[in-house]
Amino acid sequence: MSGFLGRLRERRAAAVARLPRWWNRALAGTLIAFGIVLPFFFPADSGFMNGTIIAVAYAVMSLGLNIVVGFAGLLDLGYVAFYALGAYSLGWFGSGFFFKLHVHVLVSPVASTLQGVHLNFVLILIGAAAICAAAGMLIGLPTLRLRGDYIAIVTLAFGEIIGVVAVNGQSVPVGGGMTLTAGNLGISAVDAPYFPGIGSFSLLNLRPWYWLILAILLLVLFVNLRLRDSRLGRAWVALREDEVAAVSMGIPLVKTKLLAYSVGAAFGGMAGAFFGTYYTEVNAGQFAFGFSIFILAMVIIGGLGSIWGALVGGLTLGYINNYLIPDVLNDLPSKFGLHFQLTQVEFGIFGFLLVIMMLLRPQGLIPERRRRLELTAQIAAEDAQLAEAPAGEVTVILPPGEGAA
Amino acid sequence: METTTISPTLPTVPVRPLAAVRQHVGQWGLIAALAALPVYYGIHDLVFGYQAGYVAGHQVIHHDLSNLGYNFAQGLSNGAIWALIAIGYTLVYGIIELINFAHGDVFMIGSFTAVGLWGVLGLSPGINPAWLVGGLLLTLIITMIVTGSLNVLIERVAYRPLRSAPKLAALITAVGFSFILQNVGLLWRGGTPQSVPDLIGVQQTVFTIAGVPIQRGYILVFAVMIPLVFALSWFINSTRAGRAMRATAQDPEAARLMGINVNATISLTFLLGGMLAGAAGLVYALYETNVWYFQGFKAGLIAFTAAVMGGIGNVRGAVLGGLIIGVIQALSDARLGPQWTEAVVFGYLIVIMTLRPRGLLGEETREAG
Repeated sequence: MSGFLGRLRERRAAAVARLPRWWNRALAGTLIAFGIVLPFFFPADSGFMNGTIIAVAYAVMSLGLNIVVGFAGLLDLGYVAFYALGAYSLGWFGSGFFFKLHVHVLVSPVASTLQGVHLNFVLILIGAAAICAAAGMLIGLPTLRLRGDYIAIVTLAFGEIIGVVAVNGQSVPVGGGMTLTAGNLGISAVDAPYFPGIGSFSLLNLRPWYWLILAILLLVLFVNLRLRDSRLGRAWVALREDEVAAVSMGIPLVKTKLLAYSVGAAFGGMAGAFFGTYYTEVNAGQFAFGFSIFILAMVIIGGLGSIWGALVGGLTLGYINNYLIPDVLNDLPSKFGLHFQLTQVEFGIFGFLLVIMMLLRPQGLIPERRRRLELTAQIAAEDAQLAEAPAGEVTVILPPGEGAA
Repeated sequence: METTTISPTLPTVPVRPLAAVRQHVGQWGLIAALAALPVYYGIHDLVFGYQAGYVAGHQVIHHDLSNLGYNFAQGLSNGAIWALIAIGYTLVYGIIELINFAHGDVFMIGSFTAVGLWGVLGLSPGINPAWLVGGLLLTLIITMIVTGSLNVLIERVAYRPLRSAPKLAALITAVGFSFILQNVGLLWRGGTPQSVPDLIGVQQTVFTIAGVPIQRGYILVFAVMIPLVFALSWFINSTRAGRAMRATAQDPEAARLMGINVNATISLTFLLGGMLAGAAGLVYALYETNVWYFQGFKAGLIAFTAAVMGGIGNVRGAVLGGLIIGVIQALSDARLGPQWTEAVVFGYLIVIMTLRPRGLLGEETREAG
């Protein structure tokens, strides 16, 4: 059996080697083009479009969390904090919530007559990323001396504190009769994204929303890919694999860890701001601990540390949560004579998926190359191969850019 | 209670002067942080007084510490429940270094089982006291068996297969099981808090010490908690199985070489933790007179905070931490408002982690140095 698999793997490697150099780019281009034209195959206000938009936004969060948990190995159980901060950035700077102020920057003609702070969505997106990056550093600071499970607990505590502040923000005055948040009432009537020349987005036509979040996803994906192969990305992986060894090789611990937190947080904030405007309100009830686990489940089911895994995991769980369970399978239990709906137990389903995934395929759907090598016995095989090869033929493969340094 | 510590200890390394200073700052900083709330409110009560009620339409302002004492009494008895749960966390962490996220939900299942058994046994507030006490004892035993077995089952299914995998894997299955149990609870008793019959009249005052009314509930909680904690520390310190637990906590590999059945010992640890959680579940249902599928999640986080505060892996520490967290909670409930309590407790957790990651009574471990 293993001989057969080995031959199969060799064939595959040979086939990949025969592919022309432009193949990867062509594949990526085709996928992006497919992503762009996808909405034309579905009605502009369909449930499937809605599910797709949310799934893509989840994928953005999943890619962000993957940097913290997957690359840097810092188990963050409070990622919902950045969802909350991103969404509140939108609530604060893109609605009439701060009703005493009158600030308008590049917003639609309608919004520019309203009271409150109204900034263009792109500015809010940048602001949300900046706020979350700062918050990520703040959350990272107390965890610097800690490892493993203790980091998980501190981040969890931060996430819960932000949730509590969001719920009780109604009673926190910020001056002029205005409060910090609107608690469970929610900040409603937030601005829809507006771009000069395109106009305001409307929930009757979901296509522009889709393209917007797709653009954010592509940006985040690009940054992720570049970071992974950068000096910083390698430093994260080194810290994850062996902190003591990495530090003694001269990797700055504090800077590297804090950057992981803040980059991951910034992406979460961007997705949070998008969710704020897409759901048309910012409600404190959205920011529960379960959400952190939900995003973590995406990263893990995809494959810790794997960018494509995080993407696929985010899209898969996003579709399951927002299309499959509520729209397709919801009344399944009642067909078996049980009196509950599947949406009630969705977190139970995710819990079950997590357990099954860990027991059967701990490396995830699309594991990172390094982890796959660790988990299969390939390293041993390669070592044996190297030992057998004549001394002159052994080639040392360095990652690009490292040989010269 | 001399050697209840079961966390792995490291050989002491020579301490550099700066590190020693930092260690003291950590220890005293933590104690100062813990004392801040009670001292502040004590002074506040003495100087400004507190409103003790109305007489003939006028506010009665008292200038004494009995209000603070009332907070403490309530907090300590709440904290005794957290202590029972926290022991489960600390035992499991001590032996396999896993935060058993599902533990809080095992406690919740304990509450639900107990309330279900009351219905089966026909326990209600007005019945013959002898039968009530007997019924409650029976409920306690059955609940402890149920939750203990549940905890062992979870270990067998979700943690044992991952013993050699990275630690993250087991933590994630623990979170997964927590969600599964929560949803079992949700389907069992619905999504809203349900009130259960007040079987023993928890709020009746039995006697008063220095103006602090001692209610039946307080006595109940300690009457269950103290014997259980003593039984547990006797078990860990004085029995063969307890010695096997301590040995496994120190070094599983060496323990196995010495002929200890490590898997059975770990199962035993989960059994003990689960049984204490079940007892806590019954006491919680009696004391709070309501149950909710989400109670386990919150209690779990609070109890874990307590275990960390006391020094994880340390049974005495878990009890101490539970009592302290209970008092912080009661003070925050009464003075700041219950809606902020969660934030206050977690704020304390972060302060502890920053100042003294190993907790009040804990030793240095690999995780938190």
